[in-house]
Amino acid sequence: MTEDILLDSSRFPEKRKKRKLKPKRVIFVILAMIILITFAVLFLFPTVFTFTNSFMSTTEISANYGKIFTGLGVSGDGGRVFIADKVNLKLIPDKVTLSQYFTVLVKSPNYLLKFWNSVIYVLPIVIFQLLVASGASFAFARMDTKFRALIFFVYIVLMLMPYQVTLVPNYLTLDKLNLIDTRFAIILPGVFSPFAVFILTKYMKRIPSAIVEAAKLDGAGEFQIFFRIFLPICKGVLYSVAILIFIDYWNMVEQPLILLKNTELYPLSVFLSKINEGDTGIAFATASIYMFPPILMFLYSEEYLVEGIAYSASVKG
Amino acid sequence: MNIEKRKKQKSVAKSDDTAPKKGTIKEKHKRSRQEKAEIRHTSVFMFPSLAGVLLFFVVPFFIVIVYAFVDNTTNMEFVGFENFSSLLNNSAFQMALRNTGIFSLISVPLVVILPLMLALILDTNIPLKSTFRTIFLSPMVVPAASVILIWQVLFNYNGVANDFLALFGVDKIEWFKSDYGIIVVVLLFLWKNIGYNMIMFMAALSAIPKEIVEVSMLDGCGSFRRFFSIKLRYLVSTISFVTIMSLINSFKVFREVYLLTGDYPYESMYTLQHFMNNTFGRFDYQKLSSAALVLSLVMILIISVLLWIDNRAGKEIEE
Repeated sequence: MTEDILLDSSRFPEKRKKRKLKPKRVIFVILAMIILITFAVLFLFPTVFTFTNSFMSTTEISANYGKIFTGLGVSGDGGRVFIADKVNLKLIPDKVTLSQYFTVLVKSPNYLLKFWNSVIYVLPIVIFQLLVASGASFAFARMDTKFRALIFFVYIVLMLMPYQVTLVPNYLTLDKLNLIDTRFAIILPGVFSPFAVFILTKYMKRIPSAIVEAAKLDGAGEFQIFFRIFLPICKGVLYSVAILIFIDYWNMVEQPLILLKNTELYPLSVFLSKINEGDTGIAFATASIYMFPPILMFLYSEEYLVEGIAYSASVKG
Repeated sequence: MNIEKRKKQKSVAKSDDTAPKKGTIKEKHKRSRQEKAEIRHTSVFMFPSLAGVLLFFVVPFFIVIVYAFVDNTTNMEFVGFENFSSLLNNSAFQMALRNTGIFSLISVPLVVILPLMLALILDTNIPLKSTFRTIFLSPMVVPAASVILIWQVLFNYNGVANDFLALFGVDKIEWFKSDYGIIVVVLLFLWKNIGYNMIMFMAALSAIPKEIVEVSMLDGCGSFRRFFSIKLRYLVSTISFVTIMSLINSFKVFREVYLLTGDYPYESMYTLQHFMNNTFGRFDYQKLSSAALVLSLVMILIISVLLWIDNRAGKEIEE
């Protein structure tokens, strides 16, 4: 069982015996394809449209979408005000232009700055959460005492709590440490988020104890067992977890809104909604730039992501 | 039969425990000493994480509990459940709670059934399987902020969604300023979460022993019966797990609403997180603390159900 999980990287077998085509089966395949293709179109459509529309010129954008995103409702009744006479959703621009990208990347570096904000938050969170969490998971997996089981239980509960609950304690501590409105306000709670501990512990518990015993007979200390045995075995799952953490924090909205007052420090995920109100053309280009890193990561390592999700599919180890 | 077997094993274990008293105690003592050393050595690894979790989550949470029961943070006078009663009578909190509840009620069944359907289809021998999987999973990695513009274009008053509905003679809808707003949020939630749940179902489906499915096929069992009497039994624990996780995730739906409509959306889209954000803006620690406490109690209740199901599912597999 354990070996199986450690070695088997393709959990979803693609190959199966071919069967004879029966009319009933043909109907099933056609129906299934219709359902799948409908869903596929619906699922791809927002991403693809955002991307293609980023190549539209400003005049074409305003011709197609008008002034949709003007104004902001001030008090309780409305939210943003939407004004447009006619909205044409266009897949392919009449004239493909890179002018929006030019604006975002060269002319007004303000947007690019927010992109770097995101990078500055997400990279340390991914790296240090993995580091901190793999140590804790090692302790949880190596020695499973009653006390540790209790702590692990607290971690699970914390992991499942929504931001409405966790942000209040986060805020209190950060306020005491005078860290509100600094980059650390985002990074520190992220580093100690219990999510990675949860998956890594489950994985490490499956490492056969015989390996550890053998290493101990050879005179390996706990540090050697951790660095030489556990971490190398966990390489794959560490990568899976890294992707999951990256996606989660690249997408963050709740934390900056509460823990940061200075909008200069906002990551692009929050700042994008502010751009949307003003300049629609630039917004599409910025949105496209922003979704590039996670999509590239996804296309290169979908298998790891899928495995990470599969590992999270149960609360217990 | 299984239960009997286990009982027997238990009694055997018990008698083992009681029989050679001296020996076991000595051994236990010896083992625990070795264990103690190992526990000490491995605690070092746990320390950074534990310190951080205590500092940022656990200790301040106890402060939250204290704050929830006092009149204000400088005076610190105990007021009993006054904060809670004023919170529960707060109309904004009631509205947020109701909206979140309605949202969960609509979205959770959909976000369980649709991925299950897709996973079942993809589990059969169908062309382009991995391509479809990639497509269905892709919204998960796309930041919500990036696609929100398209959503706004779609559901604009003069937008595509209304044009489409006009084909069926439906009047134009002000999506973001009416009770229909929740439909937009549900759609966005489904778009983002279906892929994740589908992967969990696919993993569960691939764990069903192939022999059982094959035997049933030889016995001439139709695909519908095969699903309801065989696959469903193996999927029950995953379905309940996914349901509860989706319920938990549905409480978190604020991000999308905020990006779509800002700090003060139309009433039907005012969620719990909006309430918290606005209370943070006023530094009302009492309200914040009591709200956080109430919500955490609700969550703990749901999580206990989750753990109970998980536990039971684990036992079933053992048997």
